[in-house]
Parts: sequence; structure tokens; C-alpha cells
Amino acid sequence: MSAEALLAWARGPAFEVALVIFIAGMLLRLFEILSLGYKTDLSEARGSGVQGGLRTLFSRSLPRPSILAKEPLRIINSFVMHIGLLAMIFLFGPHVAVFESLLGFGWPNLPSGVIDALSAMTLITLVVALMLRLNNPVLRFLSTPGDYWAWLVTLLPVLTGYLAYNHLLLPYTLMLALHILSVELLLISAPFSKLTHMFSFALSRWYQGYKAGHRGIES
Amino acid sequence: MSGASIEKGIEFIKEQIDASTASYFSSCVHCGLCAEACLFFNQTQDPRYIPINKVEPMRRIWEQEYTLWGRLKSALGLTQPVSEQDFADWEELVYDGCSLCGRCSLVCPVGNDISGMIRKIREGFAAAGHAPEGLIGATTRAIEIGSPMGVRLPAVKAQIGHVEDSIDLEIPLDKAGAEYMVLLSSMEIMNFPEYMEAVARIMHQAGKSWTISSKAFEATNSGIQIGVSDLARELVQRVVDAAEELGVKTVISPECGHAYTAIRWEGPNLIGRSYKFKVRHILEVLDEFRSQGLLKTQGLEEARLTYHDPCQIARKGGIVEHPRRLLDMVAKNFVEMPDAGAMNWCCSGGGGVSANERAEGLKLTAFKQKKAQLDAVKVDTLVTACANCRITLEEGLEHYEMDLPVVGLTEMIAEHLVDTSPETPAKENAQ
Repeated sequence: MSAEALLAWARGPAFEVALVIFIAGMLLRLFEILSLGYKTDLSEARGSGVQGGLRTLFSRSLPRPSILAKEPLRIINSFVMHIGLLAMIFLFGPHVAVFESLLGFGWPNLPSGVIDALSAMTLITLVVALMLRLNNPVLRFLSTPGDYWAWLVTLLPVLTGYLAYNHLLLPYTLMLALHILSVELLLISAPFSKLTHMFSFALSRWYQGYKAGHRGIES
Repeated sequence: MSGASIEKGIEFIKEQIDASTASYFSSCVHCGLCAEACLFFNQTQDPRYIPINKVEPMRRIWEQEYTLWGRLKSALGLTQPVSEQDFADWEELVYDGCSLCGRCSLVCPVGNDISGMIRKIREGFAAAGHAPEGLIGATTRAIEIGSPMGVRLPAVKAQIGHVEDSIDLEIPLDKAGAEYMVLLSSMEIMNFPEYMEAVARIMHQAGKSWTISSKAFEATNSGIQIGVSDLARELVQRVVDAAEELGVKTVISPECGHAYTAIRWEGPNLIGRSYKFKVRHILEVLDEFRSQGLLKTQGLEEARLTYHDPCQIARKGGIVEHPRRLLDMVAKNFVEMPDAGAMNWCCSGGGGVSANERAEGLKLTAFKQKKAQLDAVKVDTLVTACANCRITLEEGLEHYEMDLPVVGLTEMIAEHLVDTSPETPAKENAQ
């Protein structure tokens, strides 16, 4: 198969299949969670559960100062990594064009040079994340094959995207095809790995925040 | 706690899994930050005490039973069902190595309520017969005798008699129609009768009617700590029946953290309905009296003192500012410990750890976290508002040869009450 044919396949049928698995898989995961139900709290409320839920949804994006002071590298690295990933996915011109073709509407993007720098930075944070996972006793203890798999399928699109954009290692067409295929691997893996947290984090923050809000406590 | 079996344990854990639990397990990214918040991990550096690891058997049950992916893996023989050995291995982590302090829940970036899950997994461990002897004993005594420490009504009456003699005030028993029904913890009855005395004097000064119930004087709920909802429900029901029979407006939880959690937050959910009365912690009541001008104090403590926030009252109960406002009334040299308030470190004896003799060594190791906090402020007096914290702190301080008196906040307030007895009217004594 030529690079052009591979790219056409990756962009066409392969992408559609991956997208369907991603969406159906995520909906299934969310259904699995929500269908278990959540009992109404009968205790006398001191505050608003809804307000607490909404607050925690956002507040947990910032670390507790005392924990940040203890683990600055782990927290800042993860923070930068998430910002880098989100910016790359949603604010890179060609990606916005893909979203536009899928959704029917687009949004402004960041200059390619900025995205390129963000990619390099994100690659570094991913390497640091792996180093921490391998060397920190807590992370090493907690790590499962799934954690390394999730790391790999996150790394590959960033790496291939960076190499393709900078015309490194392999011919551009082939590298672009590999980039798209790696994204598809990520999409297919997401509902079946800890990458589910890209959506479920909102539910978990909501549930804890709701309980805290009802009790009128910090969360 | 009869008929314990692994199957029952697994069944009980399955029953506890709801949408919140499923979202927590779905969201965990193994970042390990919960470890940094846990006093048991911090003081042992043993990775087994990483909070999220303590609920691993529950995660496996959730994955195998409630996810398509997990069921597929099970079908392919890729998963290990939770076994007797797992219950044996995790028992110590679930009970001895967690005080349900909830600090881990506050730092999780994805918002997982890990301590809430540990409370839930204990239901399965108790049902499987894997709960510590000390807690089983405490719970059995609570159900059969009415108190985890074996305190019976005659002992309460005797203490009431002693207190009445020493302060010349009536301690009303079973007074129908009183505004407040005061609950006590066994430790307050036996070790700290000054609490009862303090309440009597404060109620007298505030001019409030109150009572103790002979049917439900005990507030400690070991059913919550051991994780047996049936027993926890029975203990809550006793209080509810007594309060509704006497027709009181408000039930006051004593200076005891888990008692407050049990009666204020878990109780209505355990009995399946809301109460016909309010539940307030004694500090909430005192703070209300303060704001209404019903709490008149005189004189200030000279000692340099700090306040230990009990986890269930501050972090999980939202009573953070109340004790500080109250201390402001009576203390001149109040200093905050590092991490004070909602992020305070546990005394190391909460969640049934102090009732579990087997955990004694681990508890004292974990106490070093508190010691470090106290070493940083160099105070003369330590104030708190939980009888269990108080005992644990006293034991820890003694073990580490720290000479530091521990005082209950309610009794400290009572010591500064302006004398409003008929012989010396309040206005003459007020500052």
C-alpha cells in the first residue's frame, strides 16, 4: 500500500470506524455509570448541592496549595501536559478544520508556530510523566499495564504530529497517515482505558461537589 | 455480623456501588496524589497505604460486575475474582490504615471521594467477617448494652448525680417538650464528665430547656465505623425515637466526630426519612448562642493555644469557623497550626482506629503527623471538640513525651461563663 493510499484509508473508513467506537464506547461507559443511580440525600441540607457540584467541577482543576508544595513537579507537569494536549487538539488550524467538517462549525485557532512549541513542550511533559511513573514509589506501585498503554496512545499522536509538521524522520504523507492512525488508536482505546476520565472526571467532581455542597463543606 | 461469608461480603460491596462510585473508579488516573494527603502513607511510606489502593477489591468487583469491558475480561479469564485472601490482605488497610478522615478526598484532581468509598467497602468487609475484634466488640456492646464502652444507664445516672452535686444545677432526664436533647459519647460520660457540667451551666445561662434521654443518651455510632448499616440504622433509630417521643426541637451531637456524621448526615439516609427535629453539633449551638448574645463570658486564657479540627466536624461537617469564633471569646493567644481547618491532619484515631487494639502501633506511628504540626506551633494548650480526638491526642502526646494539656472547647467556654446564678445577677458580673 502506498503512503497516499494509507493516508486516504486513515482519513476515510478507518477514521469513521474509530469515531463510532469512540462515541459509542464513551456513551456506554457513561451509561454504565449513570444507570447505577444515586440516592437522594435525606439529611437536612446546609447548602446547595447543585452549587457545590458546579463549583467542584472547576475548583479541582487547581491543586491544593499544601499538596502543590509537596509534589510540585508531578502536579505542574500534569497541568502543563493537559493544557498542551487541549490546545493542540482544539486550537491547531488543521484540527479545527476537521472539527468543522464534522460539526458544521469551527472556531479560531492558534498560530502553527505556537502549536509546534506546545507540542514540543507536551512531549517533554509526557516523558517526565513516564519517568515519574517509573521512579516514584507511589506511582510505580499504582501503575498497571493500562497506565502505560494510556501513556503510549497519548504520546503517539503528539509525537507523530510533531514529526509530520516538522517533516522529520519519514516522508510527510506517510507520517501524516501514521499520525491519523495513532489518533484513531487513541479514540478506540479511550472508552476502554483510564482515558475515560476525559469525560467521567466531570461526573466524579460533580458527585463529590454535590455531597459537599449539600453539607455546606469545602470541596 | 452473623453468617459472615465472602459471598456476602462481595454482595454487600456490590450493593454499595452507585453512580458516584462508578464515576470515581472510571476517573482515577493513578496519579497518586491521594497518597500525599494520607497520614498513614506519609508516616509509614508503605505504598499499600495509598488511599486508592485501600479500595482496590471494590474496584475489581465494580469492573467485573458493572462494566462491559470487565465482564469481557472476566469471560476471557483475564481477571481474578475477589477471594478470601484478598479480604484477609486488605482488612488491615481498610480498618487499621484508614481513619476515614477524608483528606484524600479533598486533594483528588478528578474529585474522587476515596474516604467515602472506604466507608462503603467496610460494609463488605464486616459482612465477610473481616472486621477487627476491637470494633466488633464495640459495636456488639453498642447494640446490646447501649454504648460501645459498655456504659449503662445507672452509670450515666451516677455521673449525673455527681455533676449535679458539684454545680448545684439540675441535669434533666427525659423531660418532655424540652427544646434541646443532648447526646453524650461514652467517653464524655466516663472520662470527661466536665462536658456534662459545661453543657448544664451553658444551658442554664442561656435560659434554654434541655434534657438527656434515658433511652438514647449515647451518640457514638460504631455501626458507622465498622461499616454495618443495619446496626448503624438501629443506633440512629434509638435517638430518633427518643427525640420524637420527647418532642424536642433540636438534638445536640456531642464533641464527637463520628457521632455527628452518624446522626447529622448519615442518619436520615439510614432510616429512610428525614427527621422531625434538627440536629446540631454542640459547637453550632454554642456559636448560635454567641451570635444571639446568650453566651456571656469573662476573662481570657493567657496560654498560647491552638485548635485541632476533628475531621468529621471540620472537613466532613463544615464546622470550621464556629470554634474559632468561640475561641476568640475566651483566648488571647490563639495560633493556627499549619494545614488547620478543612485540610487539618487527623489525630490518627478516627474511623474506629482507636477502638481497634490491633492498630495501636500503626496509630502511634501515624500520630507523628500530628506531632509535626504541633511542634511547628509550640503551644501550651491544645483545644479540640471531639472526645475521641481528645483521648487519641492525649495518648499520642504521652507516648511522644510531649507535655501538652488537651481541653474540650465546650468546657473551656463554660469555665469563662459569667456567673448568672440568682445570687449574683449577670449584669453585675458582666464586663
